[in-house]
Amino acid sequence: MSLDITRINPYFEDVMPQEYRDLVKNGSFGSEKRLGDLGTFKELLEEHPMCAGCHLALAFRILVSSLPRPEDSIMVGSTGCSSLAFTQLALHNIHSLFGNQNAVASGLKRALELRFPDKIKDVIVMAGDGATADIGLDMTLHSWFRGENITTVMFDNELYANTGGQESGMTQCGAVLHMAPTGKKFQKINVYDLAVSSGCAYAAVVSTAKPKNISECFKKAVLIAREVGPTYIQIFTPCPTNLKIKPSDSKKIATERFKGDYTFREHITDEAKEYLAISKDGIKKQAIEPETVLISDDKEIPLEGS
Amino acid sequence: MPANELREVSTEYMLFKAKREEQFITGSEAVKEAARRANIDIAIAYPITPQSESMHLVGDLYAEGYVREYFRGENEFAVMSEIAGAAMAGVRTFTATCGPGTLRAFENFPMWSGARLPIVMSFMTRVINAPLSIQPDTIEMSFLLDTGMMMMHAEAAQDLYDMLLMSFDIAEQTSVHIPMGVFVDGFFVTHTRQKVNIVTEDVKLKPYNPGMSPVAHIDMETPPFRLMRDPFVMKSNYISYAAHASWQQEVMASAQRAKRYIKKYLGGFIEHENPDAPIQIVASGTAVSQSREAIKMLKAEGVDAGLIKIKVIRPFPGNEVKAALSGAEKIIIPEFNRVGWLCREVASVIPNNNRIVPGPRVYGGMTMPPEVIVQVVKEGALVGV
Ligand SMILES: Cc1ncc(C[n+]2csc(CCOP(=O)(O)OP(=O)(O)O)c2C)c(N)n1
Repeated sequence: MSLDITRINPYFEDVMPQEYRDLVKNGSFGSEKRLGDLGTFKELLEEHPMCAGCHLALAFRILVSSLPRPEDSIMVGSTGCSSLAFTQLALHNIHSLFGNQNAVASGLKRALELRFPDKIKDVIVMAGDGATADIGLDMTLHSWFRGENITTVMFDNELYANTGGQESGMTQCGAVLHMAPTGKKFQKINVYDLAVSSGCAYAAVVSTAKPKNISECFKKAVLIAREVGPTYIQIFTPCPTNLKIKPSDSKKIATERFKGDYTFREHITDEAKEYLAISKDGIKKQAIEPETVLISDDKEIPLEGS
Repeated sequence: MPANELREVSTEYMLFKAKREEQFITGSEAVKEAARRANIDIAIAYPITPQSESMHLVGDLYAEGYVREYFRGENEFAVMSEIAGAAMAGVRTFTATCGPGTLRAFENFPMWSGARLPIVMSFMTRVINAPLSIQPDTIEMSFLLDTGMMMMHAEAAQDLYDMLLMSFDIAEQTSVHIPMGVFVDGFFVTHTRQKVNIVTEDVKLKPYNPGMSPVAHIDMETPPFRLMRDPFVMKSNYISYAAHASWQQEVMASAQRAKRYIKKYLGGFIEHENPDAPIQIVASGTAVSQSREAIKMLKAEGVDAGLIKIKVIRPFPGNEVKAALSGAEKIIIPEFNRVGWLCREVASVIPNNNRIVPGPRVYGGMTMPPEVIVQVVKEGALVGV
């Protein structure tokens, strides 16, 4: 049982850091949380090193607090701004290289299925737009072609943020950025349509303009990836640092774009729909573990052999 | 013998006690026979000549139930990443590639070592473009020398078979837990038939025990709970410097710690024939076989030459090589590559390295006629390195 590994040895309870005690006592493990609960429980994400007004950080918080089963979820990240957030995550996660996230996740998922055939292990890729649509595009697409049961999340800030604001394949046409000194020459890569045509059972384009929407779509994506097939979520996450705008204006940009070209899109196959309908009762119950006592009141530990 | 009826045995039993029978097979088939008994969980393949055949055959093993999971990845960089993901989840993996495939995948190899992944793979060496050639050439070994991975160099199919079987245990030791590459010269070994002693008993290696890993697996079951594999060390301060530096040292130390297991299975890192001869030829891979022929030809002409076969390239057996060459007056190092990486390795560990005659070297896929070695032994000037 995965929850066991969060448990504090009763002898060490009083010396464990407060934040770990909070996490075990009030974290989201073992009980499904909603976005509205953010702030009422120990967030999975601790103080993050992202810039002020970073909407990738906002999206990241929404996602990790929306995991159906955080105690059985493994995240695979990639180089980029989000990799700095991963270090603050109280979940098993992998950083290996830039762009290979969907390949690592494929091997990981298949190995977990061999090792734990009777358990649900949600493997979720979270990476930037450069990692997903440029350097890692072949591996992203091929994981979908192969029908890997993983969820892919793209944080689309429409540029390479971590390396200082260069053009990416997801940059809007005409935008002037580093390495696009006279403006980008081609349209945003339509990864959403690629996801649909590559066999994703579920795909959605969402925005930090609508946090609740992100949460709901992500939950669906993770559930559908368990049984039906690969799923994809693309989130618009404006980057104030590289757009050179006030941190407080990120929300405004997200809202304005949401009214125009960066609005909600959703694709769901019939099979996935059917699965979700059944899982409304079935899976949901399965997703919520029976109450588990994480911190024991009883400090007696049975000694071996006694 | 159906896969599920194979009896689990130790690597020692497999290598030294299990019944064997001589078969006349290719190097690629020797890979298949090693994989059949290696209890591999996942094998992932991508085609490139002269490696493809061996991974076709591993695929056949999957179809027959000897390998639990197998698929063709989309390119070598992806395959090595997929292998990494699987190894991080705690299963035994296997793959193979060569030449251009090795370079395309390259970023993964230091990552494997840094992540302490006990991956075993085979490299069937091949020319690197350009110009395009599918012929053998060991230059890729030169590039891999400093990735942190352990490296063995097989002379023939028998070495390849035994080295693969022993590699899993060596790489999976708790005190080691870094990747092992078993190298073999493409075509010369992969596509020729040789006599190979193959285990005939109904045995397979014990499965990998992920609990023996010094680094927790990514499975949400294995403590420590709060884990990133592998954590960032980003800030330019003393602590992060020390963390990264000590980790790199730890990877190198892991290879050193592997020496005792390598010795147990291989007997030694080098083999030395005719150690008292004033002329010593030092070689690895199929250059060893060519040197043997050259030595016979030299003997017929009354020239006395010894042979040092180097089986382990990383960790490099510096002390053994130094001791073996202590009495040599002239050292000849024939190689199947242009850069002479083995020559550089030897030169770096012996005193008076102007005893070395660097070469002969053939590359780009040429064969190495023993006459060329004979010529260098007879005429080679004492050239410093
Ligand atoms: C092979 C390789 N090439 C380039 C880099 C440099 N690099 C690090 S982060 C990054 C940009 C990441 O952009 P994106 O995926 O959009 O994420 P963001 O930083 O915007 O969150 C690049 C190019 C690298 N680490 N590895």
